[in-house]
Amino acid sequence: MDKQRKLFAGIGQLIIPLVALGLLILFNLFRDPGFFSIGMAVNNSGNQVLTGNLISIIDSASELAIIAMGMTLVTAACGGQDISVGAVGAISGAVFVKVLLGAPSITPGIVVLGVILCCLATIAFMMFNGTLVSVFKIQPMIATLILYSCGRSIAYWINGDATPQLNSPIITSIGMTIPGVPVPTPIFVVILAGLLLLLIFRRTTTGLYVQTVGINQGAARLNGIDPVLIKLLSFALLGVCVSLASVIGVGRLGQLNHKTLLVDIEMDAILAVAIGGNNLGGGRFRLSGSILGAYIIQMLTTTLYAMNVSPVNVKTYKAIVIIIIVVAGSPVVKNRLSALWSRMRSGGSQAAASKGAG
Amino acid sequence: MQNDAVLKMRGICKQFPGTRALNNVDFTLRRGEIHALMGENGAGKSTLIKVLTGVYEKDGGTIWVEGTGEEAHIHSPQDAQNIGISTVYQEITLCPNLTVAENMFIGRGKGQLVHWKDYEDRADGILRSLGIPARAKQELSRCSLAVQQMVAIARAVDMQCKVLILDEPTSSLDEKEVAMLFDMMRDLKSRGVGIVFVTHFLEQVYEVSDRITVLRNGELVGEYVIEDLPQVELVAKMMGKNLNDLADLEQVGLKSQGGQETVYQAQALSSSESRPFDFSIRRGEVNGFTGLLGSGRSESVRAVFGADRITGGRVQVNGKPVRISKPHDAMKNGIGYLPEDRKRDGIIADLSVRENIVLALQVMKGFFHPMSKAQMEAFADEYIQALQIKTASQDTPIKSLSGGNQQKVILARWLLTHPDYLILDEPTRGIDVGTKLEIQKLVLKLAEENMSVTFISSEIEEMLRVCSRLIVMRDRKIVGELTGSELTQANVMKTIAGGEQ
Repeated sequence: MDKQRKLFAGIGQLIIPLVALGLLILFNLFRDPGFFSIGMAVNNSGNQVLTGNLISIIDSASELAIIAMGMTLVTAACGGQDISVGAVGAISGAVFVKVLLGAPSITPGIVVLGVILCCLATIAFMMFNGTLVSVFKIQPMIATLILYSCGRSIAYWINGDATPQLNSPIITSIGMTIPGVPVPTPIFVVILAGLLLLLIFRRTTTGLYVQTVGINQGAARLNGIDPVLIKLLSFALLGVCVSLASVIGVGRLGQLNHKTLLVDIEMDAILAVAIGGNNLGGGRFRLSGSILGAYIIQMLTTTLYAMNVSPVNVKTYKAIVIIIIVVAGSPVVKNRLSALWSRMRSGGSQAAASKGAG
Repeated sequence: MQNDAVLKMRGICKQFPGTRALNNVDFTLRRGEIHALMGENGAGKSTLIKVLTGVYEKDGGTIWVEGTGEEAHIHSPQDAQNIGISTVYQEITLCPNLTVAENMFIGRGKGQLVHWKDYEDRADGILRSLGIPARAKQELSRCSLAVQQMVAIARAVDMQCKVLILDEPTSSLDEKEVAMLFDMMRDLKSRGVGIVFVTHFLEQVYEVSDRITVLRNGELVGEYVIEDLPQVELVAKMMGKNLNDLADLEQVGLKSQGGQETVYQAQALSSSESRPFDFSIRRGEVNGFTGLLGSGRSESVRAVFGADRITGGRVQVNGKPVRISKPHDAMKNGIGYLPEDRKRDGIIADLSVRENIVLALQVMKGFFHPMSKAQMEAFADEYIQALQIKTASQDTPIKSLSGGNQQKVILARWLLTHPDYLILDEPTRGIDVGTKLEIQKLVLKLAEENMSVTFISSEIEEMLRVCSRLIVMRDRKIVGELTGSELTQANVMKTIAGGEQ
């Protein structure tokens, strides 16, 4: 009983997203039993790759899943969201492309250097956000509105050209697949980002500190934790996530389009955090919830496209489903449901008891 | 005498979820008197005032105000104002960027055209007659705080008030400004206004008031003419003690006097919240800060721990000069601090009991040395056992524990860091008697084990039971220190009340 309760408590936050995901899968199986079938095909570059809706969903959700992880940390520590991730992602991509174009030829070493430099640049921009939020105590949404508005112009300015092209098999490998590997590379990047964060959580006290600061800053300070540093740390980690996502984005197109790279991803990332059952007001968090949220959003989009809903209407349908998920996960509905549940249980046991007596 | 009354409140009751804020309280205000409403924080002063001004609806009792017939019905601040009850709050509630005249007349025009010229003339007249050094056209923000306060009063007076409530009007004023304000209060009194004066400052009460009503724990202690109630008795009444009972005091048992070695010493330590003070504690000593709430005792220990911004002073720990400018510095020097407000500063509400217990130790171990889950569980188990914390499991969020058990968790958090010096600010507030005794015993045991403890409590008996030295504070200054045979309730109260009686 105790064990069971423990397990239940651990998974509690994930119930709504898991149910939502389950229903989406069931709906698709009902609609088209072959929806999730996976096949092999030869792609444009002549490689054997896995195909199918499932692969496409997991692949396309990669950038969102990575950014959602970082967004979860910022949300937990600061009690607010960064809406500049898309725009800063464009900057990040621009820096990546700039480094690559500056090299005589694109070698794996140069790509690694590009990733590191764009990561550092992104962290620098995120420190700007983080400083406004932690030191100057500006609401995260207002503080990040600045880079949200001007980030894409900065990205444009970095390369001085709207859409620099990158013609390199290495770049294609990042965005699509590595020759000989049938699984799309972005999926590996998600795993890499997840492992990186897992390592950080294992080797440092980040998890405990972020939650403590998010729940009660004042008490955190009285226990020797510096809330400013912890908030900056959460923005730095978000910066790492954004730069990884931007590299995938550049890889997919083989070019930098400052207008479309990671466009509108901020809202989906916040949504993923919310669907994952995390409190947008900060405090306790679960990265797995947000990752799940990201895949739910992508599956929803893919499902709607598969049903031939026009792109204009997709957003509306998406909105409707999301309203349902978010309301189902709201504290009001949760409390009602748990009250109903306990009443039903006590009613049931009472009925059983009276039956026994009778 | 009763015929002079302008306000009678009888049998006022007010209940909040979980607490009885007012229980059958009577209050009478007479024409042309300054009536001090006294009591410690939480005694029910503000609740009584809020009931009177319509901010809260009373649950029971009657209010009568001169000119309202049988009973006054006050359901909103507007109602209160209409029957002649005006309030000036501690914080200025005027608009600083409007002129004095605008502030005095704003919100009072009943839809007619406003003649600012007339208003300015009238405002000037009122200001002159009350002797307020301000001009009608002046922007309010350019007046000193005292003058702003007086403008607020002038506004209230001009609305033909019979009852003027001044809620902590002097807390942000300096001595000269206070004197100005008192002159004005005496002037209004001579014009027949009844004034309710709420303040923490005992001296000020005796300077201007005619009568005192004392509340304690939401109940009426009594109404007294000022001459009949010496300052020390007022303190005793506010604390719920009978001075005569105090003659036969308990002789306190063996308390730890501590060794010779000084563990912590501060000279002229000051913070953004506290005035400079000297303080020291020896190894194994239990001492305490006492004084009325708001006397600065919490602010002093917060300065020791670096909880507020430190503005000056020299600190030595174990004889070595150190700099403590933030809590982490204090922790590294072996100091622990259990804060006064458990809910606000102590618990991390959504985190588990386990995480709450290991938090401070984890911080001391450092960012790159996270404890393993097994280690955390072992520590949590150990302290849940040792302090007998009642919790469903280690994983239970601390917010679902009772107050006393939450406090034990915070205590466990600091004990786990094995501090040399532990500061406990109101560790027993709001917790049941059994747990209180447990905590007191624990403090004495820790002292025996050579830990130094500073213990703060609103209950003097409790402090006498555990402390071998008491530092007495009044109006944010240390006004005395009691040790050995001086440690009696009567002495403590005399020192709190001050020599001038």
